[in-house]
Amino acid sequence: MAGLNDLYQEILLEHNSKPHNFRSMKDATQSAEGFNPLCGDMITVFLHVADGVIADVSFQGSGCAISRASASMMTQSVKGKSTREAEETFEAFRLMMTDLDAELDYVTLGDLESLSGVVEFPTRIKCAVLAWHTLRAAMDGQDAAVTTE
Amino acid sequence: MTGINTSPHTGDPLLDFDVAKVKEDFPILNQTVNGHPLVYLDNAATSQKPRSVIDALVGYYSADNSNVHRGVHTLSQRATDHYEEARTKVRRFINADDDREIIYVRGTTEGINLVAQTFGRENIHEGDEIIISAMEHHSNIVPWQMLCQERGAILKVAPIDDSGELLLDEYEALITSRTRLVSMVHVSNALGSIIPAKRAVEIAHAHGVPVLLDGAQAVAHAKVDVQDLDCDFYVFSGHKLYGPTGIGILYGKADLLEAMPPYQGGGEMIRSVTFEKTLYNVLPHKFEAGTPNIAGSIGLGAAVDYVEALGIERIGAYESGLLEYGTELLSRISSLKIIGTAKEKSGILSFVMDGIHPHDIGTILDAEGIAIRTGHHCAQPLMDRFGVPATARASLAFYNTKEDLDALAQAIDRVIEVFS
Repeated sequence: MAGLNDLYQEILLEHNSKPHNFRSMKDATQSAEGFNPLCGDMITVFLHVADGVIADVSFQGSGCAISRASASMMTQSVKGKSTREAEETFEAFRLMMTDLDAELDYVTLGDLESLSGVVEFPTRIKCAVLAWHTLRAAMDGQDAAVTTE
Repeated sequence: MTGINTSPHTGDPLLDFDVAKVKEDFPILNQTVNGHPLVYLDNAATSQKPRSVIDALVGYYSADNSNVHRGVHTLSQRATDHYEEARTKVRRFINADDDREIIYVRGTTEGINLVAQTFGRENIHEGDEIIISAMEHHSNIVPWQMLCQERGAILKVAPIDDSGELLLDEYEALITSRTRLVSMVHVSNALGSIIPAKRAVEIAHAHGVPVLLDGAQAVAHAKVDVQDLDCDFYVFSGHKLYGPTGIGILYGKADLLEAMPPYQGGGEMIRSVTFEKTLYNVLPHKFEAGTPNIAGSIGLGAAVDYVEALGIERIGAYESGLLEYGTELLSRISSLKIIGTAKEKSGILSFVMDGIHPHDIGTILDAEGIAIRTGHHCAQPLMDRFGVPATARASLAFYNTKEDLDALAQAIDRVIEVFS
């Protein structure tokens, strides 16, 4: 089993205690709710998309350190990207979360790579991807809340 | 049977119980997890099984496997005998009056659904009321919500105080002439509170209202006497009583069960079938359609034997001692808050920590070999009542030790260290 220190890296703990873009958004063009029924984690992702570009992104909700840090890093990562680029980042992130042997796209991932330790803790992967599924739902304009189940 | 300390009693339940010997009866406990000896503190989710239960399952499949109440052959007779002996053991264990009052079900959830779908549909109509408490498991909320929705009935919730104690006066005030059933948890799975069940039943009966008690967290830890409680229904699961999963018990007073329609139709529950008319079987078989969980029933019987040999009162006294010890240990951690501090409490330590989510606590404890439950414990309305999204929960069994709780406290220090 990977060490706890691989999971709870300094950068993750920083994002947990001081999450970026942790706010609601009055002029959001779209938003979506996500929840993990297994643990009760809840998140709302807000987007302001203009001309296919994510001009602003934020989130609110309650969850564990991993889901909170992942959401925080996600907002940093996708802000300013086109929705298509955000999708590509999600794919790179998902590959990191599901395939131990995958060749990681470090350029696309950036800080998100610090979450790579989660893959060693299968019960926690859902915590890390919740924000991303919710982001995708917001981009797709889905009405129904997404769940990790 | 092991675990009976024959030395003179010291008066200290923690010393009068030979836990080292008891632990030897549970093969699963003898392992390391993530490089540490397993400390299993998730007993409210499911308990571990003594060797005698595992042997009963293996023995049944190795020597006696056959369908019950069917064949004339020897194996079928043996299987039927063991299956019905287990029913008698359960009947004695909860002091029911008659084997006919002991219905095999899959577990607590199915027991409650059975009552909702039979007694409930027969007796609950538009404008009628069902009363539950604020600390129910989802399995004692949702079946009633479904029934209320179908019937246009009303679900009322008896409140609790901040320590997790049922407010009896407020509960009584909810009862009206339209109240048809009280369905209440005996011991809260998320808080450990033991409700004054006998009093709650008395109050309901004074208004002519029958009572179902959800005993999932009670039967393994304290003596349950359904005649003394005078409850009308009592439900519990085998797997929280050191027995197998997939088997549980619905106790019901015979006259109520007799008056109820069957739950599921099929084999076993019939006396005779023509295409025009079916006559239903007598109790308890009326409620046991299809080939039942024979092995599970026999395993449950073995679990009851095991618990009775140890003595349920001694188990309760030992676990109370552990709870007191654990409560004291955790209370010393300033950033930790115990949720559920009722005076009458079973061995459940539910807690939250400043700025640290229960899931992160659970993962770090797991890395130390300690198994606890984290989350909402299938009691989301209760979590809302306490204003927390989730808790971490350590739940005790008689094979736990003071050392297990020391390990828990040390691992919590590690949690604090990781997040500092």
